[in-house]
Amino acid sequence: MADVRIAGLEKRYGDHLVLPGLDITVADGECFTLLGPSGCGKTVLLRLVAGFEAPSAGTVAIGGVAMADAAAGTMVPPNQRGLGMVFQDYAVWPHMNVTDNVAYPLKLAGVPAEEMRRRASAAVAMVGLGGLEKRLPSELSGGQQQRVALARALVSEPRLLLLDEPLNNLDANLREEMRFEIKALQRKLGVTVFYVTHDQEIALGISDRLAVMDASGRLRQIGTPEEIYEHPADAFVFGFLGVSNFLPMRKGADGWLAGAALAPWSGIPPDCGGDVCRAGFRPSDVILSRGGEGLDGVVQRASFLGSTMDYLIDVAGTPVRAAMHSHECLEKGLMFAEGEACRVSLAAVHWFPGSDAEDAR
Amino acid sequence: MTTAVPAAQPRFGTAQILLALSVAILVIVVAVPVLLIFFNAFWVQGQFNVVDVIKVLSQHETYQALLNSLILASGVTVTGTIVGTFFAWLVTRTDLPFKGTMKVLFLVPFMLPSFIGALAWKMLLSPRSGYINRLFMDLLGLDGPVFDIYTYGGIILVETMYLFPFVFIQVAGALERMDPTLEESARISGADLFTITRKITIPLVMPSILSGSLLIMLYSMAHFGTVAVLGIEVGIYNIPTLIYEKIHQSAGSFASIRTGTVLASVLVVTAAFIMWLQNKVLARGKYQIIAGKSFRPSELKLRGLRVPMLLFCIAYIGFTIVLPTVTIFMVGGLRTYGLPFTAENMTLDNYKFILFDWQLTRDAIWNSVSLGFSAALITMTAGVIISYVIVKMKVRGKGILEFLGMLPFSVPGSVIALGVILAWSGKFGVNIYNTVWIILVAYIARYMAFSLKANSAALEQVHDSLVEAARASGATMWQALKDIVVPLVRPGMLAAFFLIFLPALRELTVSVLLYGPTTRTIGVAIYTLNEDGETVYSAALAGIALIIIVFGESVIKRLFKVGRKG
Repeated sequence: MADVRIAGLEKRYGDHLVLPGLDITVADGECFTLLGPSGCGKTVLLRLVAGFEAPSAGTVAIGGVAMADAAAGTMVPPNQRGLGMVFQDYAVWPHMNVTDNVAYPLKLAGVPAEEMRRRASAAVAMVGLGGLEKRLPSELSGGQQQRVALARALVSEPRLLLLDEPLNNLDANLREEMRFEIKALQRKLGVTVFYVTHDQEIALGISDRLAVMDASGRLRQIGTPEEIYEHPADAFVFGFLGVSNFLPMRKGADGWLAGAALAPWSGIPPDCGGDVCRAGFRPSDVILSRGGEGLDGVVQRASFLGSTMDYLIDVAGTPVRAAMHSHECLEKGLMFAEGEACRVSLAAVHWFPGSDAEDAR
Repeated sequence: MTTAVPAAQPRFGTAQILLALSVAILVIVVAVPVLLIFFNAFWVQGQFNVVDVIKVLSQHETYQALLNSLILASGVTVTGTIVGTFFAWLVTRTDLPFKGTMKVLFLVPFMLPSFIGALAWKMLLSPRSGYINRLFMDLLGLDGPVFDIYTYGGIILVETMYLFPFVFIQVAGALERMDPTLEESARISGADLFTITRKITIPLVMPSILSGSLLIMLYSMAHFGTVAVLGIEVGIYNIPTLIYEKIHQSAGSFASIRTGTVLASVLVVTAAFIMWLQNKVLARGKYQIIAGKSFRPSELKLRGLRVPMLLFCIAYIGFTIVLPTVTIFMVGGLRTYGLPFTAENMTLDNYKFILFDWQLTRDAIWNSVSLGFSAALITMTAGVIISYVIVKMKVRGKGILEFLGMLPFSVPGSVIALGVILAWSGKFGVNIYNTVWIILVAYIARYMAFSLKANSAALEQVHDSLVEAARASGATMWQALKDIVVPLVRPGMLAAFFLIFLPALRELTVSVLLYGPTTRTIGVAIYTLNEDGETVYSAALAGIALIIIVFGESVIKRLFKVGRKG
């Protein structure tokens, strides 16, 4: 059926290697996300799957049929790959109204007029645009245009839906709403989804599985959102999935030392198989106290954000972000002012070998 | 990330064929003629020869023509810039009544062919027979004319009337777009209006003024019509008119062709230099004015000067637009040139004669319409293809296309005509000299740049992802072109068509060098009839040309208004 198999896929422009030999398998009916920083080559990968680019090496197969094979010279053009695709800028045709936009793939497929009308209006209704059929794109909001693009991508019931950062240009509320809607549609239709984004929140929220790609186009980890969030393969993955702190650690003569200023570490000894490593932790895993266990810290900045208090704390010469629930701070008398001293301990730590410079980004 | 669609096709095919075709069109139509001019100018008997070029340039005749071009162009640039800037300021920054209407009226000269204007002014102000001169001579008993139009001053005045809109458009645009807070903050800092104008406003619009005046210079330098009508009679030649004289009188002798090519080379180099300068000025001026948004600029209260200024504008428009136009139609209706305008001297027979009876004028109208139509159609189509390659395709070698496409912008009409003569009169096995085809080829070369500009602008609006979306929806390359690209660039194509068709209708500079016994265009017919002393027929044909032009312009305006709404 419509699984996607990418094997040894490589793309270079002249001497510039954009994607170094990738292997990814997306199961039929799965929602798979490729997450990576801007300019890492994830859009190129999507375009290779779509057929807008030809691979320099390796193969792309959709539903068990080779679509592109650099060695064999196979290259199926995009229009014969049975795709639906949503672009970052929606790419809604400005000279066609909503219905014409959505019906275009059916028209190309030679669907009879009566059925075409029925399916197009069903697709328009499905994305919640009923009543706007005759509008031109210029008369629609960004979110509505995005829905037109989605309806157009889904109307011909493609076996594979490709999404290239389709929610980027929407405002925060709409982005969240659309995220749930895409997920719901995918479940309902059972279509395989290949989603490309640099937004970790969307990636975690929408995917069955996701792959994290670094700036040089290499895959760092593939797994379910929970696996990746809870067990990041390396410091890059950990750093990419949300706000993160890294506290450098070094083994001294009398035990482990923390931070740039090398304060004695009294917590659980690091588990990273070396003398130099880093403690990775989220702001929410930082426990602040006045004189309890842990390292000495000085509050550099305190921001009240409503439900949470956001602190920037200097811990042994290393800046650390800490987030605590406001009500907890108030109850326990932990509303620190700037310049106040505090104690810092950590609830959950991921240990990463090596020092900061090596592979954080 | 922004790779265009055709690059996705692995084997070369469509892309390369289109590229080759585009390069071929531009090379044959544009590059070869221009190169032949340089080749003829600098290459004598198989050798590179600069001494000869200098010899040609130092002949009194050529030297004088170069000097005249410079004098006339400088004069027109100065007066045109002053007039254009003043009126631009008046309609944007003062409380002049009927500003909007005035603004439209000041653009009318753009529409009118300047050689027809020159013709009218000749009828009004020629030293002996000009109507105004005679009127004053009779009225005041003067011995000499009030104003002699057959002078440098006369030519400069007439050219100014038709070229000042270049500065007017640019400066009015800049003044409208200028952020008023720039001036207000100066005001708050305690500067008076005069200081603000001098220290803030003028420096900010300076790039627009300069760029407009360079355009005036470019056009005036290469301008044929006005100088031909008003200068040749008293021996004032500029570069284009001398080229015309050389080619025509000597029936294409080697020496005269050489002189022509040397003059043309000078013209090309000068024009290229002016273009370059203009681009530089525009690039420098970009950061200074906040573009796009329209602000409400602060207006100067004219107070007591409001009505006098309005009257002044009306007088200017009446004098420079209405008077010459009325003169053309009146003279076109005279039984014999020179008679006073009384009812018994007026007739419609001239118009009837040139429209229905006289083969020469009927040919001219038919030639201009069919040439304009074919040139517009061909150039529009070729322009779309070439623009598509330039804007959308990722193929090696399209840099050549961009250069070739820009080339005609700096090649004046007389140069193109001369180059076309060199290329198409049998030297390379094709001789179409004295046929309409040679004029068609020259028109295509001359107007290709317009087409490229309009089509490129339209194509740049068509984002690659629109085509890719169609491809992902199941469309083949050709279906995507047909259903997405073509409908979206259609307004650009239409614009290109009319940008070519209308100027081609009234074209003189190119066709005057290329016409044969049966291939006169409207412009050529008006010009030659005037030369032959058939003033009334010349005026009548000019009147008909004006009607066609105004009709065409208003059709387009209507068309584009409707197009924008839909």
